[in-house]
Amino acid sequence: MDGDLGLWGVPLAIFAGAIRVSTPFLFVSLGECITEKAGRINLGLEGTLVFGAMAGYAISYNTGSPWLGVLAAALAGSLFGVLHGLICSLPKVNDVAVGIALMLLGTGLAFFFGKPYIQPKAPILPGFDLSFGLLPPRLAEAATINPLFLIGLAAAPILAWGFRNTRTGLVVRMVGDSGDAAKAVGIAAMPVRVAATAAGGFFAGIGGAFLSLYYPGSWNEALSSGQGLMAVALVIFARWNPVACVWAAFVFGGAGALGPALQSVGVTQGYYLFNAAPYLLTLVIMAVMCSRKQSLAGMPAELGIAR
Amino acid sequence: MDAQFLIGRRQLLKSGVALGAATALGSPGAFAQGKAPVIGFIYVGPKDDYGYNQAHAEGAAALKKAGFKVLEEEKVPETVAVEKSMESMINLDGATLMFPTSFGYFDPHMLKLAAKYPKIEFRHCGGLWNEAKHAKNTGSYFGYIDECQYLNGVVAGHTSKSGKLGFIAAKPIPQVLRNINAFTLGAKSVNPKATTQVIFTGDWAFPVKEAEGTNSLIDQGVDVLTCHVDSPKVVVETAERRGAFTCGYHANQAPLAPKGYLTGAEWNWSKVYLDFANAMKAGKTPGNFVRGGLKEGFVKTSAYGPAVSEAARKQADAIKAEMMSKGFVIFKGPLKDNKGNEVIAGGKALGQTDLALESMNYLIDGVVGAIG
Repeated sequence: MDGDLGLWGVPLAIFAGAIRVSTPFLFVSLGECITEKAGRINLGLEGTLVFGAMAGYAISYNTGSPWLGVLAAALAGSLFGVLHGLICSLPKVNDVAVGIALMLLGTGLAFFFGKPYIQPKAPILPGFDLSFGLLPPRLAEAATINPLFLIGLAAAPILAWGFRNTRTGLVVRMVGDSGDAAKAVGIAAMPVRVAATAAGGFFAGIGGAFLSLYYPGSWNEALSSGQGLMAVALVIFARWNPVACVWAAFVFGGAGALGPALQSVGVTQGYYLFNAAPYLLTLVIMAVMCSRKQSLAGMPAELGIAR
Repeated sequence: MDAQFLIGRRQLLKSGVALGAATALGSPGAFAQGKAPVIGFIYVGPKDDYGYNQAHAEGAAALKKAGFKVLEEEKVPETVAVEKSMESMINLDGATLMFPTSFGYFDPHMLKLAAKYPKIEFRHCGGLWNEAKHAKNTGSYFGYIDECQYLNGVVAGHTSKSGKLGFIAAKPIPQVLRNINAFTLGAKSVNPKATTQVIFTGDWAFPVKEAEGTNSLIDQGVDVLTCHVDSPKVVVETAERRGAFTCGYHANQAPLAPKGYLTGAEWNWSKVYLDFANAMKAGKTPGNFVRGGLKEGFVKTSAYGPAVSEAARKQADAIKAEMMSKGFVIFKGPLKDNKGNEVIAGGKALGQTDLALESMNYLIDGVVGAIG
């Protein structure tokens, strides 16, 4: 084989891994970002992610079109979002508790309906080779990117701009920062929050479809391994800023790729530690960023945990 | 604890441990009149996972077909949950023969329940049952699937151009290490310079990490991969997409990789389960320590894929024939581990039934990786 990459393989693998692994984190955290900006926390996105993965795979298998699968996953995610939004709009309902219930419901339903789809092979999404044949094959593989990743990448600045510069964005932020102020200018908080939660579910559903339809690219009950939950935590240290969500998702994806990358070049001691990197990273970042003074900077004031 | 000694003598058992052979099934015991057992299966994952659980579920299906009453529960974690599942099968459904199939079910969960229900027979897949230590109504069964992994290695050694092979493993337990070592020995028998790079994912089912490991290995120039995880589906599919070759494990994954699938190591549990159930039906106690390989029909190999060369077929078939007839010794000295220590002295040969192999705790020379 020409050009043995040797140790250079590690940064390459981490970079390529970051791109491959980060997309579900990115979509779920963008979705959660929208929801939380409107003042609700939806912990159920893990369930939405898993259900989206199942629904996407099932629809892709049955229709032969992976893009229809993505759409179905997104719609299923929105339904979960609407459900969460409506239940939380009832008086004296805690959105964190409802989120946990919906997480269990989502995974449970996904496992139930997903049984017949564990074995079959569904058509999956194509990847684009961004190197256009200029790079040697192994580097080209790292440059093969799924369109969903690009969509997520584009969505982040658009969302950030939207929150700042559009009326809709302003309304969402106002509802999230002060329901009373919104009421005073004649905006009902409830429909805005339901819509924001539905949008969050929409994104999380797409994140799930990426898991089952691109990478790793098959439906399996252990598919998510907690990525939906980690993505929710990621929003907090991305400071409710969609662009920061991209970086946070990258860091998480790269950390997840660290273990296998190091082992593949023969650095094998303590791989349990490397495999735990994403979780350690969560702890470290939380500890560093959540000092007493600045922990709430950027946080929507109506958020369940702030009240 | 006295209750367990009421079950009766097991002269055959002793020879069974010594021979480790499938023929050691059964001796006259407590179930003198013989009654068809109600059989409980517990799986750690979904039973149609193209892997470990599917292989067991196919065995359970064979029992059902033979007219036995079979209970199944999937996705039971290796915690107290498995005790609850077993108790409900025993108390509510009248199960008399339990097969908790996952590695972590054995100690302490299955052993605890076996002490509580001395009349129920428990047989565990893969556990190292010890006559002196464990109750008489418990036992273990396993197949020498490392024979098939050795054959995988032979085919992989022939097929690999780079001489770099990859192995995606879940956890460094003896069965997994034995497979890695057998695979490497098979490859080295063809190409002495061949190496196997191992990636431990840390869990039996961790799809994202399995895919990531497969990609990292291929990035490093590995061109033939195999694995020991619950469901090889992700590894096989990912490698196929990247144009690498794979050897399967647990079940036949050929449909997932029509181009790159070389051959595979498969279980044949139907035979083992039917032996157990028929022994109980005939009023005998099922064997406590049951082992077997290709020869006994406990394991089998997948049909060769299109990429396997004529030379590879010939050599693998010849070794397979040797394994089927007089026995083939995979682990023989002098053998060094990958830290340079001698693990099997020169002139010493560990046959398949040797119990030392079941507590293997090293990776042999030629494997790139570490256990800890």
